[in-house]
Amino acid sequence: MANKYWQAFSKGIIKENPVFRLVLGTCPTLAVTTAALNGLGMGAAASFVLVCSNIVISLLRKLIPGKVRLPAYIVIIAGFTTIVQMLVKAYLPAIDKSLGIYLPLIVVNCIILGRAEAFAGKNSVGLSALDGLGMGAGFTAALVIMGGIREFLGNGTLFGWPEGGLIPPITIFVLPAGGFFVFGMLIWITNRLSTKLEHNATRKELTETVCAACPMASNCHGGEEGACHE
Amino acid sequence: MENTLMVSSSPHLHCGMNTRDIMRDVIIALIPSLIASVWLFGFRALAVEVVCVAAALASEYLSRKVMKRPQTVGDLSCIVTGLLLAFNLPVTVPLWQAALGSVVAIVVAKQMFGGLGQNFVNPALVGRVVLMGSFPDAMNNWVTPLAWTGQADAVSGATPLAMLATDAAAEIDPLSLLFGLRGGCLGETCAAALLLGGVYLVIRHVISPLIPTIYIGTVFVLTWILGANPVVHILSGGLMIGAIFMATDYATCPINKWGKVVYAVGCGALTVLIRLYGSLPEGVSFAIVIMNILTPLIERLTRPRPFGEGRKAVRS
Repeated sequence: MANKYWQAFSKGIIKENPVFRLVLGTCPTLAVTTAALNGLGMGAAASFVLVCSNIVISLLRKLIPGKVRLPAYIVIIAGFTTIVQMLVKAYLPAIDKSLGIYLPLIVVNCIILGRAEAFAGKNSVGLSALDGLGMGAGFTAALVIMGGIREFLGNGTLFGWPEGGLIPPITIFVLPAGGFFVFGMLIWITNRLSTKLEHNATRKELTETVCAACPMASNCHGGEEGACHE
Repeated sequence: MENTLMVSSSPHLHCGMNTRDIMRDVIIALIPSLIASVWLFGFRALAVEVVCVAAALASEYLSRKVMKRPQTVGDLSCIVTGLLLAFNLPVTVPLWQAALGSVVAIVVAKQMFGGLGQNFVNPALVGRVVLMGSFPDAMNNWVTPLAWTGQADAVSGATPLAMLATDAAAEIDPLSLLFGLRGGCLGETCAAALLLGGVYLVIRHVISPLIPTIYIGTVFVLTWILGANPVVHILSGGLMIGAIFMATDYATCPINKWGKVVYAVGCGALTVLIRLYGSLPEGVSFAIVIMNILTPLIERLTRPRPFGEGRKAVRS
């Protein structure tokens, strides 16, 4: 049981990372990651909307008729986006300025609608909240990592520190071309990481089930070098 | 690999050329410009060229090794890339930036897409464009030629295209442009040396004269029509080196004749548009990169018609 909840949360971080594995929400990812702080702000705002909308949609999933579910979801998401926008405008005007149009555009962020459609509309409230948290964490981590790399290489700073910059800036990294380059590199790394995790999981499962019943198990060292074809 | 490329029926005759021979010819063709760059800008020019070539060789060797692919460092193509990149840099460029340009050209633009023949844009131009985007100050620090022979240290001077942009055109003497007595990148200034290399390549059948002549011709005609000085325009900036050595890269220009014509006219038109109406004084590198990207589309539109089939059969 606990395993199910842990999986609902953890899958969003690497295995189904919304940015690098599902390649959703690419537009804000490329646009706001010129600095790590912008990435953090965007990630936090989107995560808030994601968790709240997942909870409400999950609560209402039996009341919303299937045919009009998309407009209903969008209205809920738009409501929370407006709340976030007003809060950020009031308390964090600097973040509001640097995120600009991308803050209200959280409404059309495909991660949020995607999770509503794929998860919250079908699962219980607790699971949906955890799914939103995990996906939000994955989104925020992706934006902060990407913003950090681009800010450090393109501006020499990290979260705006230090004043003069640590290394001579390579400006192309804060330009759109550098954004696409860093994005591609990170997708590659996450894919490698994710396939490795999956591979290890299948290996473990294999040793526990198939090999346990196999008389040759002591000789083949857990199916190494293709010895076992199960 | 070579066997899979044969499409026509036998008998076949090998022309005796391979990549290594072609690249050696290109390097020979670049030697006059190399000598000219050292004559015009001093031994620091040689240092920049050595650093670029060394970085290109090292990145080619290491990236093939890391990717566990057959070693291709012996086909000399990375030396050409390094040399062309160095020719596109100003003499004052910091050496680490020059090396970085080479690494970007070989690793990002060439090897990540599969190596020689798989790159969709000219690697040396990608290196230059990335450096221009990254270090605009260092990449626009021009020095008057032959300053190193005098007592004074490097004197900064405007390039002819920058002078054209500020209406100082009357001071430009076309003859001094021909011999490279102007500010600019290492290898682009001496038009005479570049033309010499181009003629050698055409005689050796390494390049067809189609792309360079049409490219330069388009620039000449368009600048003349638009009321600029055509002679100064074709002799200044990176047009000569771009048209002869960069636009003719086998992997990134169309194969058949009409494709080449469309490509070269496009390069010329974009160069003139950027030079006369854009915010940058020079547009050769961007023009060639844009046309490189358009090359697959041009090839689709200019696909030759099989003998005996109607036009409609090809379109469908």
